[in-house]
Amino acid sequence: MSVVTASSRTPPTKTQGEAVIETSQLTKRYGKFTAVDNLNLTVHRGEVFGLLGPNGAGKTTTILMLLGLTEPTSGSVRVLGFDPSREPLDVKARVGYLPDAIGFYDELTARENLAYIARLNGLPHAEAAKRIPAAIERMGLGEVIDHPVATFSRGMRQRLGVAELLLKQPEIIIMDEPTLGLDPEAAHNFLGMILQLKHEGITILLSSHLLHQVQQVCDRVGLFSNGRMMISGTVAELAQRVLRGGYRITVQASGPADAIQRALLALPGVQKIEQTRPETFVIHGAHDLRADAAGAVVNAGGRLYGLDIEAPSLDEIYSVYFKEATNGAGS
Amino acid sequence: MAQAVEVQSTTVQPAGQVRRRKGSPWTGLWAVVAKEMADHLSSVRMQILEVLILLTAVGTVYAVMQGVRQSVGQDPFIFLRLFTTAREPLPAFIGFLSFLVPLIAISMSFDAVNGEFNRRTMSRVLAQPIYRDALLMGKFLAGFFTLALVLAAIWLLVMGMGILGLGLPPSGEEVARSLIFLVATIFYGGIWLALGLVFSVIFRQPATAALGALAVWLFFTIFWGMLTSLLARLISPVTYGTAQELLRQIEWEQALSRISPNTLYVEATLGILNPAIRSFGILLPSQLEGAIVGAPLPLSQSLMLMWPQLTGLIAATILLFALAYVLFQRQEIRA
Repeated sequence: MSVVTASSRTPPTKTQGEAVIETSQLTKRYGKFTAVDNLNLTVHRGEVFGLLGPNGAGKTTTILMLLGLTEPTSGSVRVLGFDPSREPLDVKARVGYLPDAIGFYDELTARENLAYIARLNGLPHAEAAKRIPAAIERMGLGEVIDHPVATFSRGMRQRLGVAELLLKQPEIIIMDEPTLGLDPEAAHNFLGMILQLKHEGITILLSSHLLHQVQQVCDRVGLFSNGRMMISGTVAELAQRVLRGGYRITVQASGPADAIQRALLALPGVQKIEQTRPETFVIHGAHDLRADAAGAVVNAGGRLYGLDIEAPSLDEIYSVYFKEATNGAGS
Repeated sequence: MAQAVEVQSTTVQPAGQVRRRKGSPWTGLWAVVAKEMADHLSSVRMQILEVLILLTAVGTVYAVMQGVRQSVGQDPFIFLRLFTTAREPLPAFIGFLSFLVPLIAISMSFDAVNGEFNRRTMSRVLAQPIYRDALLMGKFLAGFFTLALVLAAIWLLVMGMGILGLGLPPSGEEVARSLIFLVATIFYGGIWLALGLVFSVIFRQPATAALGALAVWLFFTIFWGMLTSLLARLISPVTYGTAQELLRQIEWEQALSRISPNTLYVEATLGILNPAIRSFGILLPSQLEGAIVGAPLPLSQSLMLMWPQLTGLIAATILLFALAYVLFQRQEIRA
């Protein structure tokens, strides 16, 4: 990675995997309240990173500091090699931001709204006249391009917001709760769109508390609570650390229940076994134990009827992690 | 994690180095001005007020012309009379302006900043490569230019009606005097524009901001005049009834009343539009020695007379804008 000093003003070269957002010991206090507490965050080029946490955990404050819209109390931020509090224009020219509650000038049309943004970005008129219809068309709003935004639904506004991002052609896109308030189909389409943007090489940082949606698109996630980033990594890594695996294998088998249970428990990687119904065992394991479990059931003299696996979900990681965290704090 | 630590070591500022922002604070200013001006000129509320001011201009000027037609040729400043003469039942045009201009100005600015928050456009706009300075300055300038445009149009209309109705062109001095009057009127509006902007930064509800600004306007239009005489009596009471004491009390009253932009505006306009006015205070007989009563002052002397009032109007506009600016810079962007 390139070391940025006051003299080298050019952004780092665009190589995959280099860090494009870095914060170190980033802290923001409002009076006595600490909104963000010693945050160390690194996002690499080309990845989708999810900031997860309950409302009020400090996600939006972090995003505002990345964009230079709020001054950090202490610590440092680098976005594409620029310091957002000193060089906000350089940052904001290269980073697109989709706020959580997105608003447009209702009395203006979709085209006029984007034209204003294009002018604020200093896009030449001819270039803007080409890019605006293309961006709106791509987001499926071509038919309403000259309708006032007042007539748009929440989902359409969201898509217009993305059209605005496309217009800017940013290197990084930051989205704050992008799927909040969208109906399931719109949310699904939106997630697909995020993956498309990722394939175009755009780095995406998104914040959300809708974990199952985030799980579908994020390469890495960070769990946020009370201004601190508790843990971060890929979903599988977090599952290993928090749930020590988090795989749940349901075995349906008839035969000597005690023997089967003993045999399953003896398998390496098994943490716990529950017998939920007379012939149904649920194994909590560190990895995919299906093949071993099948062998164990047969060896114990049982008959195997069904074998089902449930991969670890972010919801579970989240609730287990925060349950442990609050229990730990309480004791 | 290791990378993060490495970066921190490179960004530590040498002690004492000033943290400067990079890039011009005026980037995007003209984009904001153009958008806001287009909004103002096409908004219904502005159009209503424009029609109102147009009607008062046509009405008062027409009424005045009925009266002054006879004196065409004798009065060297007949065009200026179009602005200042009241003819029952209508007040003078400057009387109308002194309360319509604040209304226009406040109506343009009371929802300038909080409106962006309420429409949730603020964070989206500020996420573009512009500084906040450009947004606030752009909003102020757009209001100011709109005001100047509307008032200049009205000025041209009055002059045009004068030429048609009176049948003679205005003299150079009349044009000069009425142009200075135009500038004073624009800055008088600028004060209320900046005041509306201050309230729009302070209050999140546009209705609260509008009422706050209108309350200040009402206070200065109606109540301040009553309060000044009371205050002057308190500050400088007349105990023995000497001339000095009376004089001091009147001076206090005048000084206090000039806190109100309305007083400044009325004095400034009268001073420039009525060449016969030589002083705004009381005139002692000694000061009138050798003066021909009613003889007009030259333009330069009239300008000197109203100069403090004019600069007062401009200074108040700048101060109020600076206040709005400071408040806005410190405001948190998250809604």
